[in-house]
Amino acid sequence: MGQFLHTFFSPLDFLRATPQIWNGFQVNLEVMVVAEALVLVLALLLAIVRGLPGRAAGPLRALAILYTDIFRGTPLVLVLYIVLGFATLNYVGLSAETLFTNAVIALTLVYTAYVTEVYRAGIESVHPSQRMAARSLGLSYLQSLRYVVLPQAIRRVVPPLLNDFIGLQKDTALISIIGVTEAVTQANIYSSNYFNYAGHTVAAVFFIFLTIPLARFTDHIIRQRERRERAQAF
Amino acid sequence: MSTDGHFVSLQGVTKRFGDLEVLHDINLDVAEHKVVCLIGASGSGKSTLLRCINLLEQIDGGSIVVDGQTITGTKIDVNELRQKIGIVFQAYNLFPHMTVLQNVTLAPRKALGISRAKAEAHARALLRQIGLEDKADEFPDRLSGGQQQRVAIVRALATGPKLMLLDEITSALDPQLIGEVLELVRELAESGMTMILATHEMSFAREVASKVCFLDAGVIREEGTPDEIFSAPREERTRQFLARVLEGGRL
Repeated sequence: MGQFLHTFFSPLDFLRATPQIWNGFQVNLEVMVVAEALVLVLALLLAIVRGLPGRAAGPLRALAILYTDIFRGTPLVLVLYIVLGFATLNYVGLSAETLFTNAVIALTLVYTAYVTEVYRAGIESVHPSQRMAARSLGLSYLQSLRYVVLPQAIRRVVPPLLNDFIGLQKDTALISIIGVTEAVTQANIYSSNYFNYAGHTVAAVFFIFLTIPLARFTDHIIRQRERRERAQAF
Repeated sequence: MSTDGHFVSLQGVTKRFGDLEVLHDINLDVAEHKVVCLIGASGSGKSTLLRCINLLEQIDGGSIVVDGQTITGTKIDVNELRQKIGIVFQAYNLFPHMTVLQNVTLAPRKALGISRAKAEAHARALLRQIGLEDKADEFPDRLSGGQQQRVAIVRALATGPKLMLLDEITSALDPQLIGEVLELVRELAESGMTMILATHEMSFAREVASKVCFLDAGVIREEGTPDEIFSAPREERTRQFLARVLEGGRL
């Protein structure tokens, strides 16, 4: 038991490892923020494309479906290696050295596929009569989407959206395998230097402390909006 | 105005959903400033007919002319046309994430490009007319059904339509709320708005309509003045329908 506590919870190692892990964790944070921003926008575009009406949009819809099928089905670890492999071809300014960009691309590719489905579920949950009412007023297809369908759809999917982002945040730990020096890399370095795993515990704590506020924040904005809508009435 | 003097003219309109023919060879003329009531059982094609006139449904045969323009042709700007034709639905279909004022000003602002200040002033004036100006900043779910439906009517009026289509707009309302909505429709009729309304309110149809059409299985079985239809129906099907409605205490 003493051995176990020492290996994972030694106070001395906590203190010694923390600055190093924090350095690494900042990279996780940066990758996470950039990837999340990209995913939010790209997934919305993809969800809109999947919902386009008419025969003419058929090929576009098919491409969007193919995209989600491929990237939802491929494990992130593989996508990371494939992006790394692609980067070594030195196309479009990428190389094995553009570590940050490679990591962002891989995470964005995979999570866009997940989040597209979340948006799509939200869009489909808005009753068709809402779109019909908007069109009957003379709004175009895109205007109906922009002003009537999407505001209602996005409002409904905020919790699952945030849930996927928690997943993305944790998956930034995987980017160490393509050479990005982040929290896990630093923990590995620490453990091989000191034969102690407290660094990994510290890294875990960082990740946990990041997701808890996000979860509470989600609850908060949902409650706040409900309250605001109710308050308007009285 | 179209050359034959009718504001709305349907010629041989046919509509199918798959194998089911829901409208068969419909011919209907509506003069400007007139009110036409469509009566008939549920599923007789009243709603579909109204949706076809607003191009929310594509027709499979025939033609529809509105204000001298053949709207069922290919070179029609659907969005522009719909600004001229207001439609109100049975289920109100207000936008729940917008306030009453935002509901009413959305189409004028985004479809017509009217400035926010101007659109809001106009919307408030319309809401004042129906006594709901104090509800302008509330969300629809805080309004009674009757109030919501009146807002829906005002929303449809906000783009300045020349024709209003009302699709059983009182069917979802509690009996005590029907009066306020019908009152608004009555005022619209008196102001000279051309209207086509599908309704189960026979006494109201009798009062406001210049023409009543009885739809039965996708066909206009009989049409005439309210007196002709309600007092002396010629067709057996019309008589049966009216007898059933009368039993239901709706006349």
